[in-house]
Amino acid sequence: MTEALIFEQSRPGRTAPAQAPLESVDSLLEGCELPAAHRRSSKTVLPEVSELQVVRHYTRLSQKNFSIDTNFYPLGSCTMKYNPRACNSLAMLPGFINRHPLGPETHGQGFLECMYELQDMLKSVTGMQGVSLTPMAGAQGELTGVAMIRAYHRARGDLARNEILVPDAAHGTNPATATMCGCKVVELPTDSEGDVDIEALRQAVGPNTAGIMLTNPSTLGVFERKITEIAKIVHDAGGLLYYDGANLNAILGKVRPGDMGFDVIHMNLHKTFSTPHGGGGPGSGAVGVGERLLPFIPVPIVGKDDDGYRWLDERDLPQSIGRLSGFMGNAGVLLRAYIYMRMLGDEGMRRVGEFATLNANYLMKRLEAAGFELAFPTRRASHEFIITLKKTAREHHITAMDVAKALLDDGFHAPTTYFPLLVPECLLIEPTETESRDMLDAFVDAMVRIAERVTSDPDSIHAAPVTQPVRRLDDVRAAKQLDIAWRETNDA
Amino acid sequence: MPFIPHTETDIREMLDAIGAESIDELFDEIPESLRIEGLEGVPSALNEMQVTRLMHERAAQDRDALSFIGAGAYEHHIPALVWQLTTRGEYYSAYTPYQAEASQGTLQVIYEYQSMIASLTGMEVSNASLYDGASAVAEAALMAVRANRKSKSRRVVFAGGTSRTYQKVAQAIAGTQGLLFDESPLDPARGIADPEQFLAGDEPPVAVVIQQPNFLGNLEDVDALTDAAHAVGALVIAVVNPTSLALIRPPGEWGEKGADIVCGEGQPLGVPLSSGGPYFGFMTTRAALVRQLPGRIVGRTVDVDGKPGFTLTLQAREQHIRRSKATSNICTNQGLMVTAATMYLAVLGEEGLARVAAASHRQTQKLVSALTSVRGVECAYDTPFFHEAVLRLDRPAADVLARLAEHDVLGGLDLGVDHPELGNALLVCATETKTDEDIERYRALLAEVMNEQGSLASAG
Repeated sequence: MTEALIFEQSRPGRTAPAQAPLESVDSLLEGCELPAAHRRSSKTVLPEVSELQVVRHYTRLSQKNFSIDTNFYPLGSCTMKYNPRACNSLAMLPGFINRHPLGPETHGQGFLECMYELQDMLKSVTGMQGVSLTPMAGAQGELTGVAMIRAYHRARGDLARNEILVPDAAHGTNPATATMCGCKVVELPTDSEGDVDIEALRQAVGPNTAGIMLTNPSTLGVFERKITEIAKIVHDAGGLLYYDGANLNAILGKVRPGDMGFDVIHMNLHKTFSTPHGGGGPGSGAVGVGERLLPFIPVPIVGKDDDGYRWLDERDLPQSIGRLSGFMGNAGVLLRAYIYMRMLGDEGMRRVGEFATLNANYLMKRLEAAGFELAFPTRRASHEFIITLKKTAREHHITAMDVAKALLDDGFHAPTTYFPLLVPECLLIEPTETESRDMLDAFVDAMVRIAERVTSDPDSIHAAPVTQPVRRLDDVRAAKQLDIAWRETNDA
Repeated sequence: MPFIPHTETDIREMLDAIGAESIDELFDEIPESLRIEGLEGVPSALNEMQVTRLMHERAAQDRDALSFIGAGAYEHHIPALVWQLTTRGEYYSAYTPYQAEASQGTLQVIYEYQSMIASLTGMEVSNASLYDGASAVAEAALMAVRANRKSKSRRVVFAGGTSRTYQKVAQAIAGTQGLLFDESPLDPARGIADPEQFLAGDEPPVAVVIQQPNFLGNLEDVDALTDAAHAVGALVIAVVNPTSLALIRPPGEWGEKGADIVCGEGQPLGVPLSSGGPYFGFMTTRAALVRQLPGRIVGRTVDVDGKPGFTLTLQAREQHIRRSKATSNICTNQGLMVTAATMYLAVLGEEGLARVAAASHRQTQKLVSALTSVRGVECAYDTPFFHEAVLRLDRPAADVLARLAEHDVLGGLDLGVDHPELGNALLVCATETKTDEDIERYRALLAEVMNEQGSLASAG
């Protein structure tokens, strides 16, 4: 069923009067000094609808989404684990949501205490010396990290260091971030077993090296085994190591980036610490730093003195790279992460890495046994792994995208497709620790059924999905005949 | 083991299927020397009942107060439906809509949002959101440099009166890419930028940033500023409060040609104050500049049967395709907050939003009249404002605010920190949530505090 746009449900004169001031605009403005030159006369497309229409429309639209709460969502590199409901309801207590960001510290001690403890817990799980909670998403955490590396070299007068090394398997945000920080990107090749090519690294480092950006376990779903060697090579060359925390869930409570030799890390709290993805945000990309980068961390952070908890800002940290948000970042997301961490505790946190890894290795072995080709068959899975459908694509013209769409018909969200770019026709599969064995078995069964249809009924796979609100969409038309904002004229 | 469903039998059978003796064996590729045994500094687990009690205690410490602080984040009534529906699991726990067929709900919501915010700002196209208002200004500056190919300058001029925090954030995010930021002088008598001095002297900038209403609450002469910038070949970035746009002329109608890029803080549209986030940044522009927009964009198209549907589009601009040549590194944005804003705008409609704006304006007028009746308090400017105004006190604002806060009245923002040049200045705000009684409570308390401190001063 197509759900008409809210604009198409609009009728002149219909309102939701309970939601606005009772007086008319003219009456409200009587005697006010708002010059006519500033007044708006043009109309907007905002709809004229009733409250029930709004409730029904957005409830119906919600039902057209797959989500963790409704479906297994093994989207690789995204850590789609259960988002505990208590984290939401408690973060939305009136005391928290009504607090103005610029309110005095006397009226925010409860919130500040949570943030202070969150900083401490994040230091503990990452092995870093300082944490700033302000970056609002992973990509902003990356920007923060590279900006701090740059500030560190500049503060030492080491101005030539403007190259950032990035493995070719890295997430696209890594090179985009390095560019945003005014750095040059140097790509590093990966060897056949998924590790960084050490010889190429040795060749690449030098007096221009600002640092390296690494994800470990990498986006290939394997742990970078030579990490201590990499750290030594980069440090010896005068560069710093940046840890992309996209895959921190795999090692939570087992190994710490700080112990591996990283100088700076961003964490995706919306992955590892289970804050919701919200259909594309809000995230939170808190950063942790080692001793060398402590003076540069972004403000504000929360400190503690005899009078209680207080903000530390530019006056306390004069070398800080500055501010990244209007206030202090995605506070409500941070509260959710805090509540989650308190519910897990130290032991629960260790279990995260263990069971995420158990689930991934189990699913990997079962799919391999069912005949699927692994990208790195000799390796352990981290919390995720890659299968490649290049043979199916070559022999039967069924691509990774086709299989992804067929999975939707079986009620499973597709794994990540076509990422990392290094592995042809790949599916990057991350089950997370909160899925039961029964669910993993059901997913294997669905994959096996699709594999059977590859030979018996390939057309049905090309036609998939057929059970969703729409079938495959015309992306070319979307880009060529651009329709990204509704106007009364283009539909009337 | 919170949230982990495995039974002992599951674990044993799963390890058998893998061919491993223990879960620990699965970590055998990690060098032994790196493995840790415990997490010092992380307390023991609490169950939901315990953590509920803890968080209620913490929230209670944040003390309910009557707040007249604005300064970029505004208290408005949020209809109950907005967050009840936004936190439905189907919105709350979905990912970025990469699999369009299984994400039509989120995609249609974003399309509706793009339509609403483009129209509200008087522009043609919008992206799906950015992190917040401050970072949106940084992204707008970077976009202006990409879009204004005729200009060789890397200098962006902020009209005096633009939020200093926004300026700092732009510097932190975009300064590393070689952008230079300047601030034009503020007319001290009127509290707005002076069009005559706006771009005097220096080589023409690549873009200017005009905030309306400006950080001090005042309404700028946007037509003159916009035309002056266009006359020297600079693009105009408008920073606006979305609530005000129901009442005040939108950037698309500024000057002869209108603003080129519009951005701002989306929080007033149904997002709670929440200590500063999550909020969302919005960004709209002219159709001709759509390929320079950063971030996600949703488009309407058809499926193989010709049925209308929605999908992410123009992805060739983005980091996952273009990598180091992308328009921005932005990936995750603020989808859930946009979902809330869309519902907020839908249920208020144009009339409802205009009433919210008008009521906020009127209550601020009343607030200013009431507070300036107190001895030692005067209005800093005689310039039209929207829902914020600067008051000048005869003593440092910080002391007064601290005394007011003891009585749980948050009297505004002390401008002494970021705007020392304004003297003992206080930025106050009222929205439709402030009643006449609230305003009277503030006035009476302020009179008491000023009087008491005044007599203390004379006694000393």
